[in-house]
Amino acid sequence: MALRVADYKTDVHNDWCPGCGDFGIVNAIQMALAEMGIERDQATIFSGVGCSGKTSHFINTYGIHTLHGRVLTFAQGAKVANPDLTVVAVGGDGDGLGIGAGHFVAAGRRDIDMTYIIFDNGVYGLTKGQASPTLKLGEQPKSLPKPNLNYNVNPIGLAITSGYTFVARGYSYDIRHLKDMIMQAVRHRGTSFLDVLQPCPTYNDINTRDWYAGLDMKDVAERHSRIYKLEDTGYDPAVHYADRGDLDEKISQALIRSLDWGDKIPIGVFYKNEHITSFETRMQEHIPNYIENPPARQRISEEGSPLTDVSGLLGSLLV
Amino acid sequence: MILPRGVADLVDFTWLIGGPQGSGVETASTIFSRVCAKAGYQIFGKREFHSNIKGEHSYFEVRVSNKTVRSNSSAVDLMVSYDAETIFRHYSTVAPGGSIIYDLDMRDTETVDVATMDPYFKERLHAEIRRLGVPPTVRGVLDAAARSGVRTYPVSFRDLLADLAEQHGNPRLKLMKRMYNVLGVSLSAGLVGLPRDLLLGSVQDVFSKKAMVKKLNADAAAHAYDSGADLGDLAHALAGAEKLPGTALVQGHQGTAIGKMVAGCRFQSYYPITPASDESVYLESNEILDVKHAGPGSISVVQTEDEISAIGMMIGAALTGVRSSTSTSGPGFSLMAEALGWAGINEVPVVITLYQRSGPSTGLPTRHGQDDLLFAVFGGHGEFPRIVYASGDIEESFYDTCLCFNYSDVYQLPVIHMMDKFLSSTTVTCPVFDPSRITIDRGRLLDSIDGEYRRFQLGGDGISPRSYLGLKDGIFWNTGDESDETGHITEDPVVRRQMMDKRLSRMDIVLERVPEEEQAVCHRTGEYTIVSWGSTKGPILDALEMLESEGVSVGFIQIKMLHPFPARRVERLLEGARVVIDVESNQTGQMGKLFSQSIFRRIDHYILKYTGRGMTCDELHDAISDIIRGGAPHRTVLMHGS
Repeated sequence: MALRVADYKTDVHNDWCPGCGDFGIVNAIQMALAEMGIERDQATIFSGVGCSGKTSHFINTYGIHTLHGRVLTFAQGAKVANPDLTVVAVGGDGDGLGIGAGHFVAAGRRDIDMTYIIFDNGVYGLTKGQASPTLKLGEQPKSLPKPNLNYNVNPIGLAITSGYTFVARGYSYDIRHLKDMIMQAVRHRGTSFLDVLQPCPTYNDINTRDWYAGLDMKDVAERHSRIYKLEDTGYDPAVHYADRGDLDEKISQALIRSLDWGDKIPIGVFYKNEHITSFETRMQEHIPNYIENPPARQRISEEGSPLTDVSGLLGSLLV
Repeated sequence: MILPRGVADLVDFTWLIGGPQGSGVETASTIFSRVCAKAGYQIFGKREFHSNIKGEHSYFEVRVSNKTVRSNSSAVDLMVSYDAETIFRHYSTVAPGGSIIYDLDMRDTETVDVATMDPYFKERLHAEIRRLGVPPTVRGVLDAAARSGVRTYPVSFRDLLADLAEQHGNPRLKLMKRMYNVLGVSLSAGLVGLPRDLLLGSVQDVFSKKAMVKKLNADAAAHAYDSGADLGDLAHALAGAEKLPGTALVQGHQGTAIGKMVAGCRFQSYYPITPASDESVYLESNEILDVKHAGPGSISVVQTEDEISAIGMMIGAALTGVRSSTSTSGPGFSLMAEALGWAGINEVPVVITLYQRSGPSTGLPTRHGQDDLLFAVFGGHGEFPRIVYASGDIEESFYDTCLCFNYSDVYQLPVIHMMDKFLSSTTVTCPVFDPSRITIDRGRLLDSIDGEYRRFQLGGDGISPRSYLGLKDGIFWNTGDESDETGHITEDPVVRRQMMDKRLSRMDIVLERVPEEEQAVCHRTGEYTIVSWGSTKGPILDALEMLESEGVSVGFIQIKMLHPFPARRVERLLEGARVVIDVESNQTGQMGKLFSQSIFRRIDHYILKYTGRGMTCDELHDAISDIIRGGAPHRTVLMHGS
């Protein structure tokens, strides 16, 4: 029987604030899983800590709600041990780009086949709205006692330069587009990163849903959504040839677009490179049967006796 | 011939080699250890080194005997040195009747010329030199040593190389100072009469990778061996012993590493740190595993960006049902504290191998310490179950590693396996590990799901059947928040109490179900009984043997499970003891604190060492003797070692 979106929902009460952008992301993940027909017990959602951390409890697959900033570490360990799993990690921008920034960079270097989605709203919601790493310099959402003192991190640019091989952005109020981004991300072989703009209706009174819609623009006649889709502009994110020329061009254009903000904010796929050797392939260079016989498939004992034969090693130690 | 200390037919011989780091001290020691082991001796060798890549002083002491040896002794019988610092640092540890082989070229080196000797040591050395009334040179201190009955053998290492250059018709070999280590070990082997063919064989084994290097070193070894044999009348000091069948020569990290392979650990994450990383590197070097009745298996070793990632990845891997572990030292374990609690609240079986070193902070990063016991027991916020288990020697660490994995699976909790620098930088002979003694118990790990599944189902003994990621119909949730039976967040006070009790009742279950002899080993009991844990076992057993030969019997209880603390067993074992002596390598007597909080009796004496150097059997023997003689302080601090 085909799986429906409802099959991916749990009956756990969702306590996010009314109007929270997180709802759209959870719905889009559930829709994507259903549309791809991924068996519920073959998928694991890992989450960090914060409002977005609760995501794994709302999705009816294996769900691992980890620690603040550490979601990528748990997710990567599981995927290396069992490459058959579909692994999606989620977390907030403070979680992934503040406390977890080191892991964010390291995960890009490894490029393990999994997806990481950041719920990007510029504030630490669950602790009452402090500035997060994506909040722009000088901005002062309502909970900040003073304007933000720091420059913001650029999630898209950081992902590309860290080695992520699929880098995209979605918007939580464009669920269909977001679902499509998630499906592309999950299908991509390597670590895919998805930055999702997600208004926090309670603590970020600057980057609101209305603001993204452009409703604050003075000239009523000229009002337009701030968000536009890269694919509508003929933008081609893919590296087509494994040579420096194409790579330079695609990285450069993606980094330039990643700086766009203000009245024109791009969503869609910024960068995609399928010419990078996957982590699994690199593991196979060390362990030739890694794919057929990864850690999770190995039998280690028979009726309580170890199956590992270390007689060769022990023999070499004998004097 | 040197008359070994002690009984006449007993060989108990200590060899010391020193030199700047990067000069091959360790290679020379490996060769010497192999030759002695192949000649039938039991050995105990330990390396001391600075946190430095090249230039600072390092040394290696190998104790050689025809009986089991488990520690270093304080006195050296033969020292070989091709640098001045080794002479300055160690001349006074050479026993009367012992020997020093040294490089003629450095005879006039003055103490002030040795930049790597720090001012604190120099100050003590100069005071000693003034007392001896000799010039502050290598020659000066060697003359003093000679006056106290040490034989000194000057050898021109330069001439040995010149001979080699001539033999090979290659003048450039004259400058090959990097071969001084091989010359040093070969001179020693020649002097003490170790079998020449074993030396040449070992040199070739060690340099087996490049044919040219191998040949050159073998030629150098042969020449130096013959020169050593001509030096004096020490020959036959180590002519050979009866070899025990099934004897292995093992290094500190190999017990836990091979233990992990046999236990079925298939995932190890780590971040580089002394002295733990050797184990991970060894695992990665041997990542492909032979498996009975099947194609090759493997262990995936992942070097992470930090220890936080190492523990996170290990937990993630363990959630897929794979036996998983990480290996670290104190600073890394500090970073792991938060995630340790996550593994605790989610009942994830993981094994953390904790190779302790001296703290706090970076501390003495390459030196020994047992400073992290209380942190292993209490580290992390909140209350959660864990087992802390300590191995006493390398051989034990193999079997204990397998026990630790069983404990973690059966009781569904994190296990911290305590090792330390004393063990990791040790090379010993011991009976080869016997995998047929290992059993694997995965506890309540499921292989299929029948009906509705709840990961943290209440009832019974509180240990719920365990599903794993990817198991059909076995879906569960985990969270660092308190959760209900399915693993979803709850803040309900009643469920909170149920879950806390479910998890923490396991501590009593562990003490009930783990066999008592796995909790604490009673080596013997007596009026005076030592309680201790971990790597002090070796020096203690050797010291007790020394006391035994003097007609003094002292008891020793080795506590292996430190948490939960086996109070009842230890208390019972101590019933006949009048005086309890706690021996530990830390400043505060940490195990003594665990002891005192669960056993209603006092520790009468502490023997502690926290200089970063391991205990020798002699200093421990002396400290115990002082206690028995009466009038010893409540707390004795051991100081031997440079």
